Amino acid sequence: MTAILELRAVKAFYGQSEVLHGIDLAVEEAGMTVLLGANGAGKTTTLRAICGMVRTEGEIRFGERRLERCTTEQIAGFGVAHVPEGRGTFTGLTVEENLRIGGYTAGRPDEKMRLMYGYFPILAQRRRQQAGALSGGEQQMLAIARALMMSPRLLVLDEPSFGLAPRVVEAIFTIVEQIKREQRVSVLLVEQNASLALEMADRAYLLETGYVVTSGTAKVLADDPQIRRSYLGY
Amino acid sequence: MAETVSVDSTVAMRRGSGTGIAVWRWAGIAALIAVAVVLPSTISNYHVFELTQVMIYAIAVLGLNILTGYNGQISLGHGGFFAAGAYTAAVLMHRYGVPYWATLLPAALVCFALGMLFGVPALRFEGPYLALVTLAMAVAMPQLLKYFDTWTGGQQGIRLAKPMPPPELGLDRDRWLYFFVLVVLLVAIRVAANLLNGRTGRAFVAIRDHPIAAAAMGINTARYKTLAFGASTLFTGVAGALAAIVIGFVAPESFTLFLSLSFLVGSAVGGIATIGGAIVGGFFIEFVPNVANDISDAAPWAIYGLAMLLVMYVMPRGVVGTAGPWLAHAIQQLRSARRAAK
Amino acid sequence: MHQLLQQIFSGLAAGAVYASLALALVMIYRATDLVNFAQGEMAMFSTYIAWTLVNAELPFWAAFVITLAVSFVGGMLIERIVIRPVENAPILTMVVVTIGLLLIFNATAGWLYSYTLQEFPSPFPDRTLFGALMTTRDVGVIAVTLVMLVALFCFFRFTATGLAMRAAAQNPESARLCGVRVGRMLALGWGFAAAIGAVAGIMVAPVLFLDPNMMSGVLLYAFTGALLGGITSPVGAVVGGLIVGVTENLVGTYLIASQLKLTVALILIIIVLVFRPNGLFGTALVRRV
Repeated sequence: MTAILELRAVKAFYGQSEVLHGIDLAVEEAGMTVLLGANGAGKTTTLRAICGMVRTEGEIRFGERRLERCTTEQIAGFGVAHVPEGRGTFTGLTVEENLRIGGYTAGRPDEKMRLMYGYFPILAQRRRQQAGALSGGEQQMLAIARALMMSPRLLVLDEPSFGLAPRVVEAIFTIVEQIKREQRVSVLLVEQNASLALEMADRAYLLETGYVVTSGTAKVLADDPQIRRSYLGY
Repeated sequence: MAETVSVDSTVAMRRGSGTGIAVWRWAGIAALIAVAVVLPSTISNYHVFELTQVMIYAIAVLGLNILTGYNGQISLGHGGFFAAGAYTAAVLMHRYGVPYWATLLPAALVCFALGMLFGVPALRFEGPYLALVTLAMAVAMPQLLKYFDTWTGGQQGIRLAKPMPPPELGLDRDRWLYFFVLVVLLVAIRVAANLLNGRTGRAFVAIRDHPIAAAAMGINTARYKTLAFGASTLFTGVAGALAAIVIGFVAPESFTLFLSLSFLVGSAVGGIATIGGAIVGGFFIEFVPNVANDISDAAPWAIYGLAMLLVMYVMPRGVVGTAGPWLAHAIQQLRSARRAAK
Repeated sequence: MHQLLQQIFSGLAAGAVYASLALALVMIYRATDLVNFAQGEMAMFSTYIAWTLVNAELPFWAAFVITLAVSFVGGMLIERIVIRPVENAPILTMVVVTIGLLLIFNATAGWLYSYTLQEFPSPFPDRTLFGALMTTRDVGVIAVTLVMLVALFCFFRFTATGLAMRAAAQNPESARLCGVRVGRMLALGWGFAAAIGAVAGIMVAPVLFLDPNMMSGVLLYAFTGALLGGITSPVGAVVGGLIVGVTENLVGTYLIASQLKLTVALILIIIVLVFRPNGLFGTALVRRV
């Protein structure tokens, strides 16, 4: 098992306050890793640290590269596609323009857009509409498709199920699973919906106030009674 | 993209640190006042006049700080309110023979009313739109002054007799006016401090930083925003009246858009949400153009512009805005070091 | 009636110039939330560059193109060197920086070229059309402005860089996540704004005569036009600029003599803004609580 992404003793800071206190994390190549934790545990901060959006200390390895000193744009250019919290859709651009800008760094935009429309037919229907007019679920699909336009090696998803109906969430996750298999994309996922995430993931990490408190395969964590009570509700 | 400006550093200093810092503050202020009182006897008449100008600009900039710094409403038109105060004083003195010291109150009231009047439509506008509306004030004022020439003397303006100092004090005219303006400045600072450090000031800042939250807490945003306008123009209007008295001449050409921009620059250079910054701003507006002239008489305004850029690069929050928190921090460090040593 | 149409048409020509400068202002505002008060002086300086080239015996349109290129690069450099250091500072700080720039450009132009009015050649013949309804000069100005607007529209709608610039202005963080170099897009925006300003200056110089203070009135009208149209809307900038041009002309002809013309025009526009506080095409600034 080779890790496509590895974090070692990573600390992150907002101004003077330290919010991540030295975390270790790995994402397997072509695998899916999920970060679990309550609000404020530092999950989103971890993702932002990977993408160079907060001040960090420690090591962040992506394949052969070290990401700590790189800018967000450079990291995106290396093949890390981050779908942020709240989706970050360009609401003033059309669906098609959102996809195009996703493919800004990679080539062959038309071919890839066809591929995306294949995975998300609803986007094809709405391609000329303003992205801001789409429903929550459609915007989430658009955000994921936009990220995939980059032909990324690592897809980073921050709470994709947020604010969406369960059926929509399932549909989205099924597609993500399919894409992961077919395109050999590694996935790092932050999710509040722990049960669904643990079903799909290979590895899982549990964060609490900036520390990794538990880690292991997803199955082991799903069977852990502590986690079951705190995060899975039974 | 841009950050909000932090509250007056002296408020922060006063808040959490007890009597220690307060003593430093009072000592500092007393020292400054002492210097201000002694200074005129040591320098030439012309320099005294220049310092008087500095104080007048400081009062004007203080007005702008109240509105733009503490309440977040931008104004590009304060030159117009300055003119309103100046002409109120001038007309009262010239046409009705009102003694100079008695023109301050009417000028204050007229400008307060003007500001409140302006503040009502200003509620509709934000950011660059408000800038435009206030800009219209600055642009309209000289033109209106020229147009209503029966009252204002039109293009030629009004020439005034400079006030005579009371004989008992043995001061010459320039020095008497210096102390006169100094007293007004100190009163202005005191009034501003009371206003801004109290409930009204907190409401202003709340509205500036989080207008929706402020309204949700029950603060009458409309009333306070209008009040901020009125208070602001009151100060600037009084400064204008003082200018008319001290210079002895008012004309539309003295109150152009450039004056409004100068006030804004002085405000930013000193620190827009500070009281002390207004004095720094006054110094900047009065002296830097002259210094620029000495450095390069081919393109002095380019030097002035360069000076603005440099100050903003080095101290983006203005002199007092940047140095204030730094000083407070330094004093805190000193005190905790001393406490740890005990 | 004839006079009315005449005035409307020449107002449109003046409005085309205001529209161009307004577009430059909007472009920078969309990217940085900043009104660039130095835009007029930058345009004036560009016009002096064109003037220098024309005096050096270059054909007009060659000078025009070279000036645009130089202005574009100049605008980019100004963003990198002058604006970049304060890009995260409070807005008022940035405003003061633009005021400083304004003074520097104005004073430098005065020093290099003196304050005497200079004649600036017009590439359009001096004739009237349709029975003195319009002049070829006015038609020329409007045509040049139109061509520029179409070119800009095509660039922003159909090219990858244009899309990247729009994305970077709308949502810089998301744009970065897509690999867009937002800093470079900002610099390009300033470059475009400077070039557009240069067009405005070159078009207006034959009428106003070239001197360092030539653009201050134009800037005021452009600012008004941009706000009337909605400071966030490029379409609004153009429409607003045209309306201001026509209004200024009509007010000057039918209502009041030159002196108070500006005041009256401003007041009229402010009245419109009272009913539409975000301009005709502007969107209200959404406040997240």
